[in-house]
Amino acid sequence: MTVLVIAEHDNASLKGATLNTVTAAARLGGDIALLVVGAGAGAAAEAAAKVAGVSKVLVADSAAFADQSAENVAAQILAVVGASAGSITHVLAPATTFGKNVLPRVAALLDVAQISEIVAIESADTFVRPIYAGNALATVKSADAVKVITVRTTAFEAAGEGGSAAVEQLSAVADSGLSKLLGRELTKSARPELGAAKIIVSGGRGMGSGENYHAVLEPLADKLGAALGASRAAVDAGYVPNDYQVGQTGKIVAPQLYLAVGISGAIQHLAGMKDSKVIVAINKDPEAPIFQVADYGLVADLFEAVPQLAAAV
Amino acid sequence: MKILVPVKRVVDYNVKVRVKSDGTGVDIANVKMSMNPFDEIAVEEAVRLKEAGVATEVVAVSCGVGACQETLRTAMAIGADRGILVETDAELQPLAVAKLLKALCDKEQPQVVICGKQAIDDDANQTGQMLSALMGWPQATFASKVAVSAGKATVTREIDGGLETLEIALPAVVTTDLRLNEPRYATLPNIMKAKKKPLETVKPADLGVDVAPRLTTLKVVEPPKRSAGVMVADVAQLVEKLKNEAKVL
Ligand SMILES: Cc1cc2nc3c(=O)[nH]c(=O)nc-3n(C[C@H](O)[C@H](O)[C@H](O)COP(=O)(O)OP(=O)(O)OC[C@H]3O[C@@H](n4cnc5c(N)ncnc54)[C@H](O)[C@@H]3O)c2cc1C
Repeated sequence: MTVLVIAEHDNASLKGATLNTVTAAARLGGDIALLVVGAGAGAAAEAAAKVAGVSKVLVADSAAFADQSAENVAAQILAVVGASAGSITHVLAPATTFGKNVLPRVAALLDVAQISEIVAIESADTFVRPIYAGNALATVKSADAVKVITVRTTAFEAAGEGGSAAVEQLSAVADSGLSKLLGRELTKSARPELGAAKIIVSGGRGMGSGENYHAVLEPLADKLGAALGASRAAVDAGYVPNDYQVGQTGKIVAPQLYLAVGISGAIQHLAGMKDSKVIVAINKDPEAPIFQVADYGLVADLFEAVPQLAAAV
Repeated sequence: MKILVPVKRVVDYNVKVRVKSDGTGVDIANVKMSMNPFDEIAVEEAVRLKEAGVATEVVAVSCGVGACQETLRTAMAIGADRGILVETDAELQPLAVAKLLKALCDKEQPQVVICGKQAIDDDANQTGQMLSALMGWPQATFASKVAVSAGKATVTREIDGGLETLEIALPAVVTTDLRLNEPRYATLPNIMKAKKKPLETVKPADLGVDVAPRLTTLKVVEPPKRSAGVMVADVAQLVEKLKNEAKVL
């Protein structure tokens, strides 16, 4: 039995989400093969070989994978599963926009169900996943020969280093030619990634404007070494880019400390942060639902409280 | 150019669902049902493409129980031209829905299928990608901007690191993210008009699709509750608690 983990990477290094996915794979038992599909991905493959618990690194390196298109990456995964003659029983990828984009194609072409965003593993065929914005947890059992799974990264620790897996080069599938990347506009930030941050300072509609968001929250985030997040309302209003959104349909986070500032606490927002270790809410409305999940609540005007907090920490 | 838009009937996003005490699922009896919000965005986008003269027809499709007719009428009130209901009382999982949609695409030959990126009940985020794979078409998921012209679409996608823009050949599947548009409110005259638009009903068997579920739900439980916190009087007390009690600073 082999668990195939799809690495998320940028050719130079592995994304942190890959390490959480390897931990989920280890819970299943069996060998772990880490598949790196990339273009000039030698460095990522080397990093993959060092991940603890990985028995084998498979590399498919081709210009066809430069865009990381779902069509080409999925085709490569299918080729690997096909070539394994039944020994691959599970295919896992992180439930990031990368994994969510690619993996359902793999499942459909294998004619199997995908099990999305698992948070626990009961056995090789039984998994727990949140539904209804995390208001319920479903335990589901798969009857398919190959289990295709995306993993909620906050539910599994990151795998450590110390492995020394063999690296095997594969022949790459042909370019489907269906899709072409015209450009990327990536948010540049010196701050930690939302998914990996120990502390997150998150702002909502209460910030009032993009200028306020930055002027008020950045000094606090700088002091705490925190990542910045936001509610949907703050993103929709254009205060911050889309990749700041925390919630059911944005990013799922579980830091040591989550500070919700001017956020009311809609179920869709709570879905993305309620597994944080400690939650602090600052809101001027004592009835705001965010206080029902907050460990520490402060009813105050954020424009006074946040600068005070930045000065005090 | 024809656009197909799948729409799902789900528990309204404002409802906080309750888990049934016997652990078999969530209680959806007497709960307000609505169109999945991402599908509303999909219908709106398709209708805008029609209004812009890019599309000639917008066909809404729903798979599920008879009451999904209401969801189709809502789509038609926004501006879809006709509806197709694939009627079944069986539990439908994303792979089955993708297969039903494939059968309809084979028949209807749309150039673009616009799906919501995820349904807010099962939160699966699969159907559009699965349909695209089964058709052998390109996909552009999590779209925040769509432009369609002569045989191709240019789509800006919301990804974890920011945005990326793809050019894909048509036919193709696009899935919507929140920023793509703000759906209009259906006006009363349009709601009335929608009642007269054609609505065809077919069964999965008519389409030759086996919809048997591949996943069995063994149980559904409530997530662990967070224990109630405390209110602090001021910033000084908050800092003190975070340092000495929670020990996170
Ligand atoms: C399909 C769908 C998906 C969604 N996905 C997400 C998601 O992933 N993430 C998400 O966050 N939302 C999501 N939402 C939106 C969600 O329902 C809420 O609308 C949103 O979270 C509200 O954002 P908010 O709390 O910033 O704004 P509001 O609800 O408007 O709250 C603003 C808060 O700021 C407080 N405030 C105002 N001024 C001050 C001040 N000076 N000092 C202190 N407090 C102040 C107010 O008291 C209020 O509580 C989704 C909705 C739908 C329909």
